[in-house]
Amino acid sequence: MEQKGATERRGEVAVRMRGITKTFGSRVVANHNAHLEVRWGEILALLGENGSGKTTLMNMLAGIYYPDSGEIEVNGREVSIRSPRDAFELRIGMIHQHFKLVDVLTASENIVLGLPGGVTLNRRAVAARIRAIGEKYGFALDPEKKIYNMSVSEKQTVEIVKALYRGADILVLDEPTAVLTPQEIEKLFAVLRAMREDGKAIIIITHKLGEVLAISDRVTILRKGEYVDTVPTATASVQSLTEGMVGHAVRLEIERPQLPRGEELLRVQNVTCLNADHVCKVKNVSFSAYGGEILGVAGVAGSGQKELCEAVAGIQNVRGGSILFRTGDGYENIVGMKPDVIFEKGVSLAFVPEDRLGMGLVASMDMVDNVMLRSYKAGKGPFVDRRSARRVCQTLIDQLEIVTPGVFTPVRRLSGGNVQKVLLGREIYHHPRVLMVSYPVRGLDINSSYKIYDLLNEQKRRGVAVIFVGEDLDVLMEISDRLMVLCGGEVSGIVDPREVSKDDVGLLMMQAPGKEAADA
Amino acid sequence: MDTLMNLFGAAVLAGTPLLLGMLGEILTQKSGHLNLGLEGTMYMGAAMSLAGAYYYEQWVTAAGGAASGFVACLFATGAAFLIGVLASLLYCFLTATLRADQNVTGLVLAIFGTGFGNFFGELMGIGAGGYVTVGAATKAAFANPAFPSLAALPVVGKLLFGYNWMVYLGVAVALAMAWFLNHTRAGLNLRAVGENPATADAAGIHVTKYKYAATCIGGGISALGGMYISMVNTGGVWVHDCVSGKGWIAVALVIFATWSPARGLFCALIFGGLSIMRMYVPVPGLPMEIYELLPYVATVLVLIFTSIRQSREHAQPRACGTNYFREER
Repeated sequence: MEQKGATERRGEVAVRMRGITKTFGSRVVANHNAHLEVRWGEILALLGENGSGKTTLMNMLAGIYYPDSGEIEVNGREVSIRSPRDAFELRIGMIHQHFKLVDVLTASENIVLGLPGGVTLNRRAVAARIRAIGEKYGFALDPEKKIYNMSVSEKQTVEIVKALYRGADILVLDEPTAVLTPQEIEKLFAVLRAMREDGKAIIIITHKLGEVLAISDRVTILRKGEYVDTVPTATASVQSLTEGMVGHAVRLEIERPQLPRGEELLRVQNVTCLNADHVCKVKNVSFSAYGGEILGVAGVAGSGQKELCEAVAGIQNVRGGSILFRTGDGYENIVGMKPDVIFEKGVSLAFVPEDRLGMGLVASMDMVDNVMLRSYKAGKGPFVDRRSARRVCQTLIDQLEIVTPGVFTPVRRLSGGNVQKVLLGREIYHHPRVLMVSYPVRGLDINSSYKIYDLLNEQKRRGVAVIFVGEDLDVLMEISDRLMVLCGGEVSGIVDPREVSKDDVGLLMMQAPGKEAADA
Repeated sequence: MDTLMNLFGAAVLAGTPLLLGMLGEILTQKSGHLNLGLEGTMYMGAAMSLAGAYYYEQWVTAAGGAASGFVACLFATGAAFLIGVLASLLYCFLTATLRADQNVTGLVLAIFGTGFGNFFGELMGIGAGGYVTVGAATKAAFANPAFPSLAALPVVGKLLFGYNWMVYLGVAVALAMAWFLNHTRAGLNLRAVGENPATADAAGIHVTKYKYAATCIGGGISALGGMYISMVNTGGVWVHDCVSGKGWIAVALVIFATWSPARGLFCALIFGGLSIMRMYVPVPGLPMEIYELLPYVATVLVLIFTSIRQSREHAQPRACGTNYFREER
């Protein structure tokens, strides 16, 4: 292919996708008649809610999927991308949200994976080229480090270098900021800007509006698999983008009802947990949860949030420390109690794992059976009481506006938002006194997210101590009364989100505790 | 000292079929396929190698010539390797292309291969009038030291050069495979396929091609282990149920060797030694059956140790046992 100089072609169209349709099976339409156009030397944001088909559309550019219909042009020439190899040959590189790296191999081995060349591998030459790429765009990478020893941000760097090493001029990044701290995001954006200066065409998939405005030149919006609009970022606002994304006007503030702080319901003192590999996941953590408040828990993914919640719920073995739960006038140590005993006392955990259904709900069972997972011990005799469980389901469907064909539909057939409502609704139904929710809005569209926030605020009004483990710092800052920041399994600070900036929290997310932050 | 040298020599001879079987299985598992049909593949290799050598002899004798031991070796090797490739081709077609369950397919292959081997072994025997056996030249070609001049050296001669050619073939395959996996691009790609096929696919590696190549060549190598049993262990005579579980031990040996062909050399030696120990280190009063248990006890110990260490690198390829489908959601 004739390669023009980077500056000559700047502004010309690099990729044009027209009328792309892709269906999975006979019923799931991921993309319908989608368009997209990116030029050399620009950053295009591909915006849409979860499930709007952004990733599917880009996977078709990267050769993972093949479109049912529609045309793709690269450099003004119509192409057919049937495999990732075809994509490389067109100099298209995609950095997937779930990194496609082999854990047991080193960075350089991952980078040269699948490349043509001599029979044996010249490791020294590969390492030299990796360093040269790093210097050009401003990042550091140890070529001989194994992937499983790397932080998330390092892994992302490997992915980017992998694409660049293959000579990618068109880069697609799928939700690149989801797992990074604000400081790491800034670093990534600096790299992306350097690449834009170099004349590369960059597409960044995201659903975070702040980032769209910060980094992109133009925005393409998708909604439910269909193309909505493409606008220059300069003329867009958070409000206009959200409306494009959702399809109607939405309110964007999250409520934070001001309530007097209730009594202390849960006191965690110096708790330490080890995981199955004897790695310390929670180190000497102490905090209190009060009724009528939402305690936000922030931290980079894998900082011990999961283990901490599980420790309180009694699923995780606690190595040291105590977890005191308020009963009547005194406190009771619940460490070592069985999960169902703790649940009976009123400590409830609604954990939404990455795959939503892995923990908490059984995907192939219907709603009634899933509700009964919490109540199957109620009643007498060897038989389960299905009738009352069905009544509970009906109440939940009405109250939480769960969209489902019926209570006997397997929950895996429900959409993400409805699955999460079932999970949360089941926990709330038992009137917990302490409610722990972990990533409750993961993968939800904006409307469903706000519904969940409302639910949590309602629990707060009822005097429940809500512990909210979240990943979106903006949301945590808005909804929580106090914000606990975890770093490497330790509490690096408990702050009042009204008084600190996002950057302060970002610093806490990366810095192990040295100085004690004042309890707000 | 003499006992020790004898034990070493016998361990090498007993370990070689395990080594070859294990090497084939390592290559197969590196592509993400757990082929439990190893026992069957080895049976098929055992029967077909014997058939290859035997019918070559019959043919040459019928034509009025004298059978050459060397050519008989070639025919036996070719036949064994070919049947191993064919058996694995079937396995791979079922698992990689049709995405059938790997465990079930492997077990079916194990049962089928055992029947196949015994059936054709017996059938040849009936055809030959009683039992089937190869000629003296072929027997000698399989039994005699591969390097007679070096074997005459004192001590080292017996210890290192006194074995038949298949022992050296096994060592050569192990070293070649170690080099291939660790130092070549194709080896790196294969490891990636076995660890994370989606990643390999996204990196532009032809996943299915690698899977077919690795399982088929692996099956061929495993079948050579079966050939060793029928041509060396039993001396070119078909013995009913001759493989008798060596294929399963080889599967365990893959774990023992932690998926490394180079370490596999030592592991096969240890297992070989354990399996013939009763003849060289008799402990008065200790029942024979205890000796037979030893290889399995060793496997259990290794499993315990590797599970405790939880090493990411000395573990089964991550995707082993699951079939890959690109558009799975």
